[in-house]
Amino acid sequence: MGQLFNLQFLTGHIHYLLFIILMMTGLFIVVDKTNLVKKIIGLNIFQASVFMFYVSIGKVTGGTAPIFPMDDKYHVDKEALQGIVYSNPLPHVLILTAIVVGIATTSLGLALIIRIRESFNTIDEEDILNIEQEMTRDDNNKHRDVAEGLT
Amino acid sequence: MANTALVAEHTARTLYDHLPLLQVLVPFCAAPLIVLLGSRRLAWPLAFVSSAVALIISVMLMMSVREGGYISYTMGGWSPPLGIEYRIDTVNAYVLMLISAIGTVVLPFAYVSVKDEIPSKNHSLFYACWMLCLTGLLGMVATGDAFNVFVFLEISSLSTYVLVAQGAARDRRALTAAYDYLIMGTIGATFFVIGLGMLYMATGTLNMADLADRIADQGANRTVRSGFAFIVVGLGLKVAMFPLHLWLPKAYTFAPSAVTVFLSATATKAALYVLMRFIFSVYHPDFSFTTNALEIIFLPLAIIAMFSASFIAAFQINFKRMLAYSSIAQVGYMLLGIAILTETGLTAALLHMFNHGLAKALLFMGVGALVLRTGGAFYTQISGLGRKMPLTCGAIVVGGLSLIGVPGTAGFLSKWLLVQAALERVSENSLFLLVSIAIVLSSLLAVVYVWRVFEVLYLREPNPDSTATEAPLMMLIPMWILAGSCLWFGLSTDFLYDIANQAALGLLDGSMGMLDSNKTLGVE
Amino acid sequence: MIFHHLILRVVTKLLVGTIILFALYVQFHGDFSPGGGFQAGVIMAVAFILYGIVFSLESVKKVFPEWLVHKILALGVLIYAGTGIATMLLGYDFLDYDAFAPLHPTHGQHWGLLAIEFGVGVTVTGVMVAIYYAFAGRPPSLPDEDW
Repeated sequence: MGQLFNLQFLTGHIHYLLFIILMMTGLFIVVDKTNLVKKIIGLNIFQASVFMFYVSIGKVTGGTAPIFPMDDKYHVDKEALQGIVYSNPLPHVLILTAIVVGIATTSLGLALIIRIRESFNTIDEEDILNIEQEMTRDDNNKHRDVAEGLT
Repeated sequence: MANTALVAEHTARTLYDHLPLLQVLVPFCAAPLIVLLGSRRLAWPLAFVSSAVALIISVMLMMSVREGGYISYTMGGWSPPLGIEYRIDTVNAYVLMLISAIGTVVLPFAYVSVKDEIPSKNHSLFYACWMLCLTGLLGMVATGDAFNVFVFLEISSLSTYVLVAQGAARDRRALTAAYDYLIMGTIGATFFVIGLGMLYMATGTLNMADLADRIADQGANRTVRSGFAFIVVGLGLKVAMFPLHLWLPKAYTFAPSAVTVFLSATATKAALYVLMRFIFSVYHPDFSFTTNALEIIFLPLAIIAMFSASFIAAFQINFKRMLAYSSIAQVGYMLLGIAILTETGLTAALLHMFNHGLAKALLFMGVGALVLRTGGAFYTQISGLGRKMPLTCGAIVVGGLSLIGVPGTAGFLSKWLLVQAALERVSENSLFLLVSIAIVLSSLLAVVYVWRVFEVLYLREPNPDSTATEAPLMMLIPMWILAGSCLWFGLSTDFLYDIANQAALGLLDGSMGMLDSNKTLGVE
Repeated sequence: MIFHHLILRVVTKLLVGTIILFALYVQFHGDFSPGGGFQAGVIMAVAFILYGIVFSLESVKKVFPEWLVHKILALGVLIYAGTGIATMLLGYDFLDYDAFAPLHPTHGQHWGLLAIEFGVGVTVTGVMVAIYYAFAGRPPSLPDEDW
């Protein structure tokens, strides 16, 4: 706990704090908002914070972009290679994959919302819940089990 | 200028070397091929042939690793830990066999069921999605790289959301079920990615064997521990662990019958495999926090799941919904087997994965046949069909008995081993006596809800205006193949027991160890 | 015929070609600058989507019909998998690009990566345009004249 008030620790790790704030904002939106589109937006914010978290891991202090200093004949200057510190490109590649997955999820979610809108005429979660509860109640009444020894 | 001294010696790979990859590649290529050909008539045969090939490959892989050891396949020739590797050992091959077997056996059933429940213009895309789901599940299990697990997890999850939403043709609640599943599943997968990011921060590698070594070197610092927490929660959502199971009842009830058969037997099992892999191979069970997490979290949640889900299942009036809640309870048994943390417990969990897959697929197939003939799965709609559809209901009886764990069916051995595992640990902690009593009591609850089905099917008069006849042959054959396997694996248990025991020993052995790198097939 | 939005129509006609050219540039310069298959695919799809937004869905469907979009989707994935299968047939591991030029591994890697990035670009173009067609093709809740 004493570390939280250590200014050097705080400024060195402030980006983690911001990522967590963004993450929790995204999760809160998913849980709290009843509009289905807003839930998808919250999910996107949540995923964006995770992407930022990953990319921040890749930065090496004093590192430059991870590209070989080649000329257009693919020749690498061997002396220029000495002493260059590169940032880690792997987290960037992982995040590229995760971004594509996020896009696929978002578009699928939006497509489902369009179908739900056409089917239920609303995209508010509470209204949909009410409609579904009515449907279930109708089903239960219609198919009320005759030999209800348990209920 | 060709300078051959710079190029390493290379021996050509044989088809046998490529097997771990072909396991995933065959269904993966079938999906775009189905879309490209666009023909409705070719979609099902293509899907069936590639599933059958995947099954053959998985059996061949199982035969190679039956006695222990592992096969490693390097993608792109980059040897691990730099490159992605597919790593098949006994646990892997066991789950691969289950998934591809269920995938193949269900397809003839799906041919009839899908024609009935889904508009025909969607059929070729439906089978393409099915193949993508199969690819994702197989890839999730076959791979030895942690981020690759996430990629395949998302491939299978996204296709699952689409497949579940296809039930909207019959009941529009399938759309909201798919939407809820999407939100919860994506949150779960993102939690998994966060945990993985923490592991990467702490160790610098993503290869599961290398992760195991580096975590063992480091000991348990806060990053590694929070990574574990995130990964367990994320995967727990996919496995339908107790408080994270809310997506399952609706998704299984409103999805098309063929989809429910496929998903109930494979999706949670593959995620459970990944969970086991992370708990046992990546994080060694000797880590105190692993044992603590398992005992304090898994054990109570598994027992609550077993009881509450069985209890809710007993009150259902819809056969499909009842089976969905029963699935949650059965996952509780598997988690209990993991939490008991002995060799017998782990063998029981692995055996129960297989047996539950068989029994649930069989039962959901029965439901599908009943839905085909009567249009619904409510008890009032299916009452008395025991006489009109004798073969279907006979298969349902076998599946129900296997679910309860009656001796002679496959379910018995796993429940028996579970109780035995709990009793093994009584000497060190007498609470485990309560655990074993809990297992027996919840099995009695299972008897309640299964007996209710038997009563509805056999002891009631059929509806006077029902025109139900026996299910078509393409549905009956897969059902009776699965029923036969339930009985066969119940009576001759050695094959599965040996494999599951070997797999459990391999898991408990812990760190996968990069030291035997001479076993890899990559270029040196 | 659409007679309003004159500026948009003229500028779009000028831009569409440039956008497609830029997409091809991004696709094939992925090893020298930020780029590659996914980014290029999205930019290429933007060209068609922009045209579709400004002119109309029917006009863009005349250029890029829906059945072609779905075929291209699948074709890109098969190009990617096909590159891997080609390396397998040449006796190497899946996607081991050394197979394309065993004596010059660097060249082999270059060609292999170009091939798979091309497959990715083609698929992503198809996916993005297909998503646009699917969403824009639903019957609207308000007819166009009332906007």
